[in-house]
Amino acid sequence: MRHLFRTQYQQDIALFRHNGDRFWYGLLMLVILIAPAILGEFYIGELGGVFIFAIAGVGLMLLVGYTGLISLGHAAFLGIGAYVNAVLLAQGVPFLVTLPLAGAFTALCGAAIGRPTLRMSGLYLAIATLAFGSIVGTVFQKWTAVTGGFDGFAVPTPYVFGIAIEGATGIYYVSLAVLVLVLWVSANLLRSPTGRAMVAIRDSEVSAQSMGIHLARYKTLAFAISAGMTGLAGALFAHYVRYLAPDAFDVLLSVQFLTIVFVGGLGSLRGAILGAMFVRLLPQFIAIVRDDLPFGIGRLPGLEPSLFGLSLVLVILFQPAGLNGMWLKAKAWFQAFPFKRQASFRRQKSYARSERLR
Amino acid sequence: MEDAARILQLIVNGAASGCIYGLIALGFVLIYKATEMVNFAQGDIMMLGGFAAFSLITWLGLPYWVGGLLAIIITAAFGYLLDAVVLRRVIGQPQFAVVMLTLGLGFIFRAAAGITWGYDSVGFNTPFTNKTVDIGGLVLGEDNLSIIVGTVLLCIVLYLFFSKTRLGVAMQAASQNQLAAYYMGIPVRTIFSLIWAISAGVACLAGILLSPVSMIDVNMGGLAIKAFAAAVIGGFGSIPGSLIGGVIVGIVEQFAGYKLPAGFQEVTSNVVLLGMLLIRPQGLFAERMGKRV
Repeated sequence: MRHLFRTQYQQDIALFRHNGDRFWYGLLMLVILIAPAILGEFYIGELGGVFIFAIAGVGLMLLVGYTGLISLGHAAFLGIGAYVNAVLLAQGVPFLVTLPLAGAFTALCGAAIGRPTLRMSGLYLAIATLAFGSIVGTVFQKWTAVTGGFDGFAVPTPYVFGIAIEGATGIYYVSLAVLVLVLWVSANLLRSPTGRAMVAIRDSEVSAQSMGIHLARYKTLAFAISAGMTGLAGALFAHYVRYLAPDAFDVLLSVQFLTIVFVGGLGSLRGAILGAMFVRLLPQFIAIVRDDLPFGIGRLPGLEPSLFGLSLVLVILFQPAGLNGMWLKAKAWFQAFPFKRQASFRRQKSYARSERLR
Repeated sequence: MEDAARILQLIVNGAASGCIYGLIALGFVLIYKATEMVNFAQGDIMMLGGFAAFSLITWLGLPYWVGGLLAIIITAAFGYLLDAVVLRRVIGQPQFAVVMLTLGLGFIFRAAAGITWGYDSVGFNTPFTNKTVDIGGLVLGEDNLSIIVGTVLLCIVLYLFFSKTRLGVAMQAASQNQLAAYYMGIPVRTIFSLIWAISAGVACLAGILLSPVSMIDVNMGGLAIKAFAAAVIGGFGSIPGSLIGGVIVGIVEQFAGYKLPAGFQEVTSNVVLLGMLLIRPQGLFAERMGKRV
């Protein structure tokens, strides 16, 4: 078992805790980089989808896992990013400009929604984003001059330095690059004063406020960053699906994003990635076992949403730390072998925490 | 004259659908006041209640009144169990965990209803279906009137219950201060489960009242988003506020459908909701609160 002996503050806030982390993450990166040479087209496409969802998941993790706010409208931000990127590309703007623009514009939209609602409790943000998502969905459908409505919108092929990004492999590498960037930005953000302010707000608004944190400003900032990252994911998502339909960005997609965050494990960036794998691979898994399930369960029309709902319920009730928590527990079990004790991960008895002002 | 009659009709229709929104919002508010949870599955509980009434009335052939009453009791029992078995476990977890939990439950209810009753819309015969009354040249559907009358009656019953009965006063006490209520010997946990039961019963009543106007189907729970608008307008914590908010949303929606091009009617309630949050986020009937640390 490794014991870290910290002598400097720098060690406390380092991105990697020790050389073991550096080695394993480096190895993982290497495997991911050479994966397209080994795996087939289909698997690379699926992994690209996982990366895109992981980008949105990291964005939402900053909001839900670290700031303690909840958004039911992130599908709308994904849609805004996708349409901004696609429409600008169709106007002839280069991809390296449209991608950041899509993120920036989505972040602005997020700030515009967050600013008024975040004066109230986090609950209002959930409701307001639910309403916002449904309004944006309607706008996508009705504003046919820009979005093409239900006819769909064919996304042009992007070019980076004259190289066409086509096929599963191209999307794979671009998404990977953006994902690494987003992870790096988030990890850096979280060890900065801004990130700590966000965590403080999550743990107790009252104490955060009494430490001089401007609640509305930091909440809005967190929401805007989260929306912006989702917008980036949306821009890539446009290329991933290649044909935008306005009804793709509905509440169910927002719930999928939240499933990423909750199933992955609140308050960990690794959880966002694990959750994205879960959410993207679950439908594939259903497709594989569909015919083998008894009583025709596999052919029920509402199977997929209900499985997402069920996994949410089970995780919240029985495994609040999610997949990341399971990973940590397994690791601790092996490290302490054979001295794992019953009480190691017992949940503390908790009492109702009132958010109510009285 | 023609125009005035038309506008009056729009107002009555709007008030009727607004009462439904108000009833769902009432369910939110009851639970929120007591437990600080927001039940995102409220619309789906309404759907389950509607289907329960449909099964009792159409499949078992019970009369409308008996079947309806029985459905309300069954749904209320369901609400009680939902709190006692599932939601009580998440006490102490942050608020958004409850939001996600109820959202997930809503998806499960929808799938369960789809398996049990199928994905087609169903309806049952009520004494009010396709009947109209003529009040001085103004033709109104009895179905709409029944919604308004039903809501008003329910409000009177609830008001009497909360102010006159021992149980109702205990519920108020538990909502205002849990700890003090415990000290006074009120079984707070049972009380909270009973509040969930009342809220589910109200949702079921909303489903039954709504059934002559629009059919019962698996996705009728989507109405809940309009109820959120109603609750926010009312200030999320005020029972009369939620009903008034519901009526406001219903009427605005009817006029939007009348004046604006097609397709805008569905988003009116969302626009009203966001507008309300922009202008007066604490709602029309907010209680002033400050916090002592």
